[in-house]
Amino acid sequence: MNSIQENLMDSKRSIEDGRVSFRLFFNKLLERSINFYLLACVSVTVLVSSTVIFILGKDCFEFFSQISFFDFLFGTKWEPLIEPRNFGVLPLITGTFLVVFGSILIALPIGLFVAVFLSEFSSKRFRSFIKPILEILAGIPTVVYGLFALTFITPKLKLIFPEIEVFNALSAAIVVGVMILPMITSLCDDAFKALPNSLKQGAYALGGRPHEVVIGIIIPAASQRIGAAIILAISRAVGETMAVTLAAGANPNFTLNPLKSVQTMTSYIVQVSMGDIPAHGVEYLTCFAVAGLLFLITWLMNMIGAYFIFAKGKN
Amino acid sequence: MGRKIKSVIFYFLCLVSTILCLFLLGILIYHLFIQGKDYFTWDFLNNFPSRFASKAGVKPGIYGTFYMMALTAIIAVPLGISTAIYMEEYGPKNKWMNLIQINISNLAGMPSIIYGLLGLAVFVRFFGLERSILSGSLTLSLLILPVIIIASQGAIKSVPQSIRDAGYALGARKFHVVFTQVLPAAIPGIMTGVILSLSRAIGEAAPLIVVGAVGYISYLPHTIMDGFTVLPIQIYNWASRPQEEFQGLASAAILVLLIGLFSLNFVAVYIRERFQRYKDND
Repeated sequence: MNSIQENLMDSKRSIEDGRVSFRLFFNKLLERSINFYLLACVSVTVLVSSTVIFILGKDCFEFFSQISFFDFLFGTKWEPLIEPRNFGVLPLITGTFLVVFGSILIALPIGLFVAVFLSEFSSKRFRSFIKPILEILAGIPTVVYGLFALTFITPKLKLIFPEIEVFNALSAAIVVGVMILPMITSLCDDAFKALPNSLKQGAYALGGRPHEVVIGIIIPAASQRIGAAIILAISRAVGETMAVTLAAGANPNFTLNPLKSVQTMTSYIVQVSMGDIPAHGVEYLTCFAVAGLLFLITWLMNMIGAYFIFAKGKN
Repeated sequence: MGRKIKSVIFYFLCLVSTILCLFLLGILIYHLFIQGKDYFTWDFLNNFPSRFASKAGVKPGIYGTFYMMALTAIIAVPLGISTAIYMEEYGPKNKWMNLIQINISNLAGMPSIIYGLLGLAVFVRFFGLERSILSGSLTLSLLILPVIIIASQGAIKSVPQSIRDAGYALGARKFHVVFTQVLPAAIPGIMTGVILSLSRAIGEAAPLIVVGAVGYISYLPHTIMDGFTVLPIQIYNWASRPQEEFQGLASAAILVLLIGLFSLNFVAVYIRERFQRYKDND
């Protein structure tokens, strides 16, 4: 309070005297420098993304000056570490696809059901009990899920499919599904909450049963944001690393059989990093080429997802 | 009649799915506990890693995780909060700021392994910081920066406009209002976000593997330029070995990690419930 009064008096005096007081000058300087400092902090985020694009771009460029773009994108053999080298990225893509597709297949229905339960059936108390559980599931480190897949899920799957390999895409898909489940639930929950209440009340007033209201009214009305949730979850699953590396192995099979060991884009980068990477060898460059592809895919999906969430939909 | 049965089935599907989540968490923890409890001893916490499962421990991992977390917090927290303040209080609302906002949420969604490659190219190779704690922390700082920014923005946004107006009405300058009124009111929310993002950083292994953490280390780090290992990397190392004892060790290390994470989460939730005056709409 004191300083404010002084401030006022200062400015009064400075107006009366026709000279700029030191305090006023100091305050202005402070304001300017704070503004400058904060702007510098903001620019760090811009710097980070431009550096990522620059690094990936530069090394991809170098990579593609050695290996043809066509061979990379459509080759079906990925053997960059052993002679004769083959740089076809398709096995990594199918491996990633297998894990991601399976995980969405598992997480989407369950996530939707949980979100529906939370918004339609659950009491407030039960809701405030379930929400932290989901937060904990989301907060468990991915390497933990990896070990869980390896030592729990795969042995259980072996009882059903005796021919399953120790490392397999199916257990990775299941465990990644569990990991993205909380994300899908909370995004769908947000989507349901964003709907006007009158919509739901109207449907119930017409005598609709919960399943009719949910399937006929709520889900179609929230479809845009549910779509966004799926896309963001896919992007998360594509970038998932440790769980997949532990559960699916490091075997770039060009296959769509989920019982086989596969390698994803992320687990390839881990595999190379576990050995010491020579700074300018072709292994170093393959990492960045794969990462460039990974960046492109996740970036596109995040953009589409964000667009769906923020676009002014017709609901 | 058919409608009634359908609605009952629907209800049970929803209920079963929800209980499945509880069940999953329960079985996950139970399985790890059963697998790791025999290895979870005082020696385990106090020993260095070893080729022999009976002598192996996680001491360097625990120390490494602590150092890493402290340094990451020192780097990322001021930067993140400052950015959030600018975005919410100082920045103009124009299309450039909008682009920066989109950029931040994109960074939050970028796979963590790409941050690892960024750290490898920039900190390890370009700045020549080697495979040190400093390189690792800088990488993790960039990883959690967008998360801290978004959480802090939420906390600052939830402070009512009337507080700012009251400050200005008393003739206070902008930095006075922001730093003595808005920020203190937002601190509990920011703290919660910061703790949660740090607990994410603790569990990360992928970017640190790329930056070059070592699995086997026989000394405790003394300076920030020393090599390092962290708990998740130790876990990964053990888990990727075929022998059963090492899987048990991995589970025991996971128990250590989870105890740390759960206590952090507990603190975060406590701060949120106890001190937060203004909440988001959720």
